[in-house]
Amino acid sequence: MIEVKDVYFTYPNGVDALKGVSLTIKNGEFVAIMGENGAGKTTLVKHFNGLLKPTNGSVLVDGVDTRKVSVATLARKVGLVFQNPDHQLFSETVEEEIAFALKNFGFREKVIKKRITWALNLLGLAQYRKTSPFMLSGGERKRVALVSVLAWNPKILILDEPTIGQDYQQKENLRQFIMQMKAQKRTIIIVTHDVEFVAECNPRVLLMREGRIVTDGDAQTVLTNPEILTHASVVPPQIAQIFIRLSDLGLPKNVIDVYEAREILFNILEEHAK
Amino acid sequence: MSVFEGLRFRRVYSPIHNLDPRIKFVYVCAIFVAAIIFWELLPLIILFLIQIPFVLLAGVKREWLRSMRGAAFLATVIFLTNFIFSFIGAGYIVTTKNVENAVAMTLRFIVLVESFSVFFLTTSPDHLGLALEQTHIPYEFCFAFTTAVRFVPVLAEEAQTIMDAQKARGLELERGNFLKRIRNYIPILIPLIVGSIRRSLELAEAMESRAWGATKNRTNLYVLKMHRGDFVLIVIAVGILATAIYIRLFFGIPSLNELLGSLF
Repeated sequence: MIEVKDVYFTYPNGVDALKGVSLTIKNGEFVAIMGENGAGKTTLVKHFNGLLKPTNGSVLVDGVDTRKVSVATLARKVGLVFQNPDHQLFSETVEEEIAFALKNFGFREKVIKKRITWALNLLGLAQYRKTSPFMLSGGERKRVALVSVLAWNPKILILDEPTIGQDYQQKENLRQFIMQMKAQKRTIIIVTHDVEFVAECNPRVLLMREGRIVTDGDAQTVLTNPEILTHASVVPPQIAQIFIRLSDLGLPKNVIDVYEAREILFNILEEHAK
Repeated sequence: MSVFEGLRFRRVYSPIHNLDPRIKFVYVCAIFVAAIIFWELLPLIILFLIQIPFVLLAGVKREWLRSMRGAAFLATVIFLTNFIFSFIGAGYIVTTKNVENAVAMTLRFIVLVESFSVFFLTTSPDHLGLALEQTHIPYEFCFAFTTAVRFVPVLAEEAQTIMDAQKARGLELERGNFLKRIRNYIPILIPLIVGSIRRSLELAEAMESRAWGATKNRTNLYVLKMHRGDFVLIVIAVGILATAIYIRLFFGIPSLNELLGSLF
């Protein structure tokens, strides 16, 4: 569980990135943090594993104040995958890349081998085991970075912009994977601009703007409310846009799911056909 | 990373910022030479004090103090080595002369750092590049130089992000003995170097696609011209240098101890 209590954060260069954020993320919850560039999304998630310590207020992870423990201790529990994979890949092979964190956390050699195989299979990277990460494409590098964090199986997983540079098939794989993690009662937090991806996943949505959380609710409510979305510089997903425009036909406004939308439209058409 | 913060130039306007960088450089060189030819404490104190009006006039007091604090460690090392060796040389006794010499050597270093930091704090990379160009250095070299300077803060920021990313994977930089600690930096250096190479290739491609080097005779939007302030500065610089050489050649400089002794 992550408890954020009235957190303020100012960078050394004087930029106020967070201005009073309070929030609780329960175990097993799936949360998407959205908002315009510079709203403080990445700054907020860097507080969850102690990389940044609040200037004011406090962050508790499972009841432990992040100021009182090292990043390495917290990282064992809170896995954070950075937006740009090039900021972390350095090993000669993908295999060693994944082993890096496992060695840091003191896993035994035998366990490390097993974990690497398991992690590589998760996102279809098994054939790259002995390849240099620098030889892979952008999307593949991003998956290696993700897998290198998944390998130690953190209880809380934070993904910063996971869908950037991924084709539709890979996005779908990622979504399936997240759903699987969710079914295992793992806590997942994603920071993203990809509104369609969020609509398909249907998580709890937090909208941020200028260092504050302006909206907190389930995806269906938040992503179909044009006023609050505009306020946070987010565009509604396509399905929601269609249904907002069709609302004068007596259709519900709060639809984000493609299958639900199809169902509603079929029913209407059938009624007209009669 | 706050060390590099000093290189992040902020566009400010002050009488000092508007001076021609070439003349400012002449001034820095004059101070440099003057500081080298004196090893007595008294003239070095004067050289140190001369530059304070420049700092105040340019309004860079805070940044200047920061770079002075950065030099404090090396200054201490210089003081201690000078002091210890003269202490041993003098037969294990502390004399006021020895202390004064050690302080003078330290102050000489501080004067050098001071003059250079004033120069860099008040001169934008663009201005510097312009100055290089108008002293007829090939444009390729000027461009490489300004680009290098400009990318230092970017690189520092990137190093910070990489450090965060590796810490999030359980890397503890301060753990282990001396050798292990050096090895701990490998996961930070490799992405940083690879990133820099990749970035420079991208920069080259971007420049080529914007017709870099299409015209042989480049002209500049801004042209450096000498103004009244520049002439004043060059007079000051030459004045300092001439006075320094004159005093060096024809006067004996009393040590601070003798001077104080003759006063009381």
